[in-house]
Amino acid sequence: MSVRALLHAPASARRGEVVEIRALIAHPMETGHRRDSEGRLLPRDLVRTLEARFDGELVFAAELHAAVAANPYLAFHLRLPASGLLTVRWAGDRGFAHAESVRIEAT
Amino acid sequence: MKLPGALAAALALIASLAQAEPRRSGFDDMSPAVQALQRDDTQNPAMLWVADGQRRFAADCATCHDAGAMRGVAARYPAFDGAAGRVINLAGRVNACRERHLKRPRWAPGSDELLAMETYLGHLSRGLPIAPPADARLAPARELGARLWRQRLGQLDLSCAQCHDAHAGRRLGGSLIPQGHPTAYPIYRLEWQGVGSLQRRLRGCQVGVRAEPWDWDSDELLALEAFLMQRAAGMALETPGVRP
Repeated sequence: MSVRALLHAPASARRGEVVEIRALIAHPMETGHRRDSEGRLLPRDLVRTLEARFDGELVFAAELHAAVAANPYLAFHLRLPASGLLTVRWAGDRGFAHAESVRIEAT
Repeated sequence: MKLPGALAAALALIASLAQAEPRRSGFDDMSPAVQALQRDDTQNPAMLWVADGQRRFAADCATCHDAGAMRGVAARYPAFDGAAGRVINLAGRVNACRERHLKRPRWAPGSDELLAMETYLGHLSRGLPIAPPADARLAPARELGARLWRQRLGQLDLSCAQCHDAHAGRRLGGSLIPQGHPTAYPIYRLEWQGVGSLQRRLRGCQVGVRAEPWDWDSDELLALEAFLMQRAAGMALETPGVRP
């Protein structure tokens, strides 16, 4: 199944205004401690990092660990410096990588 | 003339035990945090399935079906499928359409693809009253469903009605017993860490009373679905719901 992620940000806001960004991604967040019905250990499969860049500049980053539930949702705030492109990247175990972008216009 | 009053009170008590009224969606009794999760589409994790279903619908279904015309469809299932001669639910309709018109294999019950399509279609009917079709061919299934609802099952020897009619609103352990109206399916259940169908919920309940679950899409499960949607007729569809 293709990677599914939803990135929500206001399409426009005043310059200098604080806006809320919401990022949700479909991911099992398998801890590596659980076993299947046959007793075999399920290999760890986590989203390890989330990184948000606004026109290339790092504005928010997070490390995720085994205690985070499946389909992790993160919201954070950003003071809008100017119009630009917000890109959120998720990276994790088994070479997992996904990015979503949204353009925010400063008025 | 005190007896009729006492009698009326006793009858009202019996009636309230038989069917709790007014009807409540499970949503009404959830914690504010979980309610907020369902209310806000930008937080609701089931929207991942909706977005996926929308993509699949645009790719596979939109050549024949207009998404706008699909509003209300999810509120009318289960329905009777004349071609197959049996009751089918919305997932069954999607699979029948895939087989007959797209000439593609059926999606497995509980698969992410099927749940995504079902969640997307349900989401299109959000807010509409549940409207079971007035089709006489559905009557036998509804009767069977009503009988199964009252049938004691499993090692715990419990029927659906004993909890969800007679004791709805009370607690089983720490959890509130809902009235069991399927208003929000497919739901994102926090315990499942994913989206699941009404059949998954019903099978889970059967395991809970230590009975052997009925097969996916068995006559029994479809009959119970048909009965439950009839029982919830007129209540607003909430898909995609979030439940604890």
